[in-house]
This record gives sequence, structure tokens and C-alpha cells, in this order.
Amino acid sequence: MKRMSFGQATVDATRLAMRADDRVIVLGEDISWGGNFGQFRGLLEEFGPDRIIDMPISEALIMSAAVGAAMTGLRPVASMSFLEFTMGAMDEIVNQAAKMRYMSGGQVSVPLVLRASDGILRSSGAQHSGSLEALFTHVAGLKVVAPSNPADAKGLLRSAMDDDDPVIYLENKSITAKRGWVPKGDHRVPLGTASVVQKGTDVTLITYSAMTLRGSDAAALLAFNHGISAELIDLRSLWPLDFETVAASVTKTGRVVIAHEAWLTGGYGAELSARIGEELFADLKAPVVRVGAARAPIPFGPPLESAVVPGTDAIVDAAVRVAG
Amino acid sequence: MSPPTAPATLADLTNASALAIHRTMVRIRVFETRVTELFAAGELPGFVHTYLGQEAIAAAVCENLTDDDYITSTHRGHGHAIAKGMGTDRLMAELFGKETGANRGRGGSMHVADFSLGMLGANGIVGGGFGIAAGAGLSALHRGSGQVAVCFFGDGGVNKGPFHEALNFASVKALPVIFVCENNQYAQFTAISRTSAVEDLAIRATAYAMPGTTVDGNDAGAVYGAVGTAVEAARDGEGPSLLNCVTYRHSGHYVGDAEVYRTAAEVEQWKAADPIGRLEAALTATGWLDAAGVESVWEAARAETAAAERFAASSPDPDPGNALDYVYTPTGEVGP
Repeated sequence: MKRMSFGQATVDATRLAMRADDRVIVLGEDISWGGNFGQFRGLLEEFGPDRIIDMPISEALIMSAAVGAAMTGLRPVASMSFLEFTMGAMDEIVNQAAKMRYMSGGQVSVPLVLRASDGILRSSGAQHSGSLEALFTHVAGLKVVAPSNPADAKGLLRSAMDDDDPVIYLENKSITAKRGWVPKGDHRVPLGTASVVQKGTDVTLITYSAMTLRGSDAAALLAFNHGISAELIDLRSLWPLDFETVAASVTKTGRVVIAHEAWLTGGYGAELSARIGEELFADLKAPVVRVGAARAPIPFGPPLESAVVPGTDAIVDAAVRVAG
Repeated sequence: MSPPTAPATLADLTNASALAIHRTMVRIRVFETRVTELFAAGELPGFVHTYLGQEAIAAAVCENLTDDDYITSTHRGHGHAIAKGMGTDRLMAELFGKETGANRGRGGSMHVADFSLGMLGANGIVGGGFGIAAGAGLSALHRGSGQVAVCFFGDGGVNKGPFHEALNFASVKALPVIFVCENNQYAQFTAISRTSAVEDLAIRATAYAMPGTTVDGNDAGAVYGAVGTAVEAARDGEGPSLLNCVTYRHSGHYVGDAEVYRTAAEVEQWKAADPIGRLEAALTATGWLDAAGVESVWEAARAETAAAERFAASSPDPDPGNALDYVYTPTGEVGP
């Protein structure tokens, strides 16, 4: 084990994958300088400009070139820095990357990873803040992962780079600098495996990405202030989804809070809540409650930002409502 | 603009390449003519865009390529598929939505692909191929394979952002990509003269520091020569080129289009300047083909299309139980 930041852990995974396979290349904006969050730092020095490729600010091209390279024998990683910038490549993500294998009748796979920094980091403003995972989980053909800690950041990125399908890898800006213990060597976390962060009996808190940290704080407050035992699940992978782990917990607690930074309306929590309702209704002792951002672009001013984005308190309040 | 009607140019062609191009053009013409009839008769699901009138371009471009080279295609992609070597039986079966189709009935007319032939797919999104071709070129360069990628697109595609993004990137990295504009003068239902700031689309290459050439796209020999130069440059590491091949769509945007945006007289004028007729005039003038030879090419194409239709019509439908196959790669299956 080695202590490193989330960002460093992704560099570690990328370095190991690139050493193991010449077909791996990285196409991104400003990556030879290390990236906005240090998530590519040091890779140019080892792998050179033919594999660590600085791209023009041409998001559609970055994505479609990755698709073309992936269909012809390479395993590209694409990066456009902020998640919001990938909106300029939505045709390439949705109509090309996601559908190519299916439309071709299985002739080809599209093994690529799109890395994008999402979440909310100190007044970045509405066009550099947000969580859009539901746009991607909605699309058949895509896989979506959203790790919450450095070890999973490494393990999930490595598995995503091994995967033969397009994977959207969401790395939350607010936790990129957070440090943790990371296994050395070829550490992998299989896609589609959730993690039970903390065991509990009264309520299941389902989170992913940065919200897992707030979920962990909420669980401690629930135990200390309210005598509520919360089980915390970090989904890690949104598609494929480890619904077995979710179901096992919900069957036990009968009470569920789903928390994400993304807008509540039409968010991933809505999908998960619906599925829990459809498949586990008899096990529920209370309605599933969702916690998410209010329906506004993420504001700039710090008090406004805090008002829109759900914090630990919102998770505690929701859990008390269903389990108090 | 009145279309050129002179016999095709044979200067850059050998007897064998000229006859191969002619054969491909006729095969596409006969195939697409029958597809039009089948669609009108309600035999085909969905909708189809035919390649009628543009045959010289696909045939002459692909005559310059090997099976290993890549092409990206468009919604009007049947001609590209045939020219790159796809069997008309598997192509027709795909248009019928059958399990024996090139894409096992999952793609249809706008998505026909054969990755074993470097045919990276027709594409239902205008301009969808620009970046894919650039990526394929980057991949070829990375692997040192010597392959080139041809990106077919229409005059409608040149006003998409990805056109500019891909031409710029291909030039910056000297990628082995040939951008072939099939300028049939109408972007869907709108004349290119109303939507492009420059009429001669080859001028746009200047902004990306690559050669740009406007070619008579109905002169198979001229297209063959211009593409040959571009392919050679790409293979030699000199980077991409843009070719503006001026042609004309004999059919509407799709089969059934009411064609209110152009006059019947204009269509007739261009049909009189038919690329197959112009090539046959040149071939018979040089003696590379006589009237009986021409007829036997058409006869063979008619027999081929009839056989393709029988194959498609008699093929099984895909099993609805398998509708979710191919969305994701099965674990353990090796990727490309």
C-alpha cells in the first residue's frame, strides 16, 4: 500500500496500463502538462508525445478520434478536463461510441475510456460545476463509473482501461486532491461491484463519488446524535450496477436514502429508487428518499452554491425522516 | 451550372483498373435501381438514400485502396460498401433487416459496415465520419501499418464543426487521411450555394494547410488520378488532402423525396451527363470495351442483384430473443 491522492492514483493506473499495452494512448486537452488536476502528471516523460497526445480544444474530434482509434486496434483514453466540456462531444459519445458495437451486429468493440472531472469545487461557476452521470447511464452501450477514494480511483480506472466497451470515468473535482491508501501494482476493482463502506441495520445510505464522503459523515452523525445505525453503500459503478449488494442491504434495513450531487429531477437516484420500488417493495418500511441538488445551475457565490448543493445535513435529515 | 459531358479521362487508368471501376459503377447502379424499386414496393423497412449518379467516386476512390485501408461512409453508403468489397448479398440482406445481413440486421441501410474490409460503417449522422477517419489514421500511424483512411462525406458535411476539427488535427499530425467530399450540390434539400460561404469547397483546405483539389466527380478517371495522388502522399507521410468531387444526385435525398427544391430540367441535364455513360464512351472509344462487353457487364450486374435479392428475401429474420446481443462486449471476448 502507498499513500497517494486520488489524482496520483489515476496516474498510477494509467502508467501501469500503458506499460502493459502499447495500444493504450491518451488523447486530451493540456495533458502533457499534467492536466488541470494532476491526473496525467509525469506520463509524458515516460511515454512521450506519440502516446500522450495534446489535442486541440476540439471536443467532438477528441471523442470521435478516440472512437476511430478504438475501432482500429488501439485502446484510447480521452480527456476533456471538465465534464461540461464533453457536452461538445455528445453526438460522438451517444451516436458513435455507444452504438457502434450494436449497429455493426457485434463486428467491433469500442474500447475507450472518457475521463471527465465532475462535481463541485469552490465557486467554479455553472459551466464548470455539476454532475451529469444520468445523461450517460441513460444511454445503452455506455458504462459509467464514479469512484469516491484513491484506491477505487486506481482500481476502477484500470478495469475501465481493460474493458472492451466505452466507459465514462467520472472523477470528482472536490476529491481529486484527497489522499488515501492505495494498493501497489495491478490493483483492479471490477466494474459493477459496489462497496459496503459501513455496516448498519436501520437505514441504507446509497451514494457514489464525493457524496460517499458526506454519506460517511452523515452515518457518524446519525449514530451519535440520533441512535440510528446506517449502512453506507458506495456504488462505485453506475452501469453496470451491482443491484445485488443494494438489494441485500435494503432487505435488511427496509429504509433507503439515495444521495448524489446531481440534480434530483431525473437523476440517477430516480432510476435507482424506481428499481428498488419495483423489485423490493415488500421489503420497504418507508418510501425511498432521494437527496440531490436543487433545480438550478450551480451558482457562483459561495452561500448560493451551498444552498443548492446537498451537504451532510441533507443526508442526515433524510435518514431521520425515514428511520427516526 | 451545366454539367460536363465529355467522355471520362483515361490518362491515369490502366485497362484493368478502368474496367474494374466500370464494373463497380454498374454494379452499384443496378443494385441501387433495384433498391429504389423494392423500397417503393414496400419491401424494405425504414428508409433509404441511394447513391445513383455518384458511382464514379466510390468506385474510383476504392480502386486506389487495399482491403486493409479504411473508409468511413455516410447515410448514402451502399456505393461505398460495394466499392470497398462488401458482397451485395450481405448488403441487400442488411437492407431487408435480416440475420444474414452485414450487420446481422442491427444496422440497416445507414449503418452498413464490414470491419474485415476496413469499411468502418455508413453513418446516419452527417459528418459522423470525420473524427473516426482521423482516429483511424492516427491508429494506422501509431501502429506503423501503412494504411490510409478515406473519409467520404457530402457537401452538407462541410458546414459541421467536426469537418474543421478533423481537417485541422489531421494536418497538424500529418495523418494518412484523404477527405473526399461528394459534392452532389444539395445538403438534404438545400443547395450548397445557399449555405456555404465559398462555392469551391476545395478552398477550405487552404485554412488547414493541406492540398485541396476540385475534381469532376462524374469523370471516373479524373477522380482516380486525384485520389491516387492523395493516397500516395498520405502513404509517404505527407499528410491529408481534401478532394471536392463535384457530382449530382440522380435521386432525391431519400427515396420518396418530392424534390420540390430542384427542377426536373436540371435533373435531366445531369442525367444526360451520367458518369457511367461518360466512362463507357471513353472505354468504347479506346477499344478497351465494345458494345457487347458493356452489355455483359450490365447483364452480370443484373444477375448479381437478382441473386442478392433472392438471398435477402429468403434469409431468416433475426431472433427477437437476441435483440439485446451486441450492446456490450461479452466478458472475456477479445476486442479488436
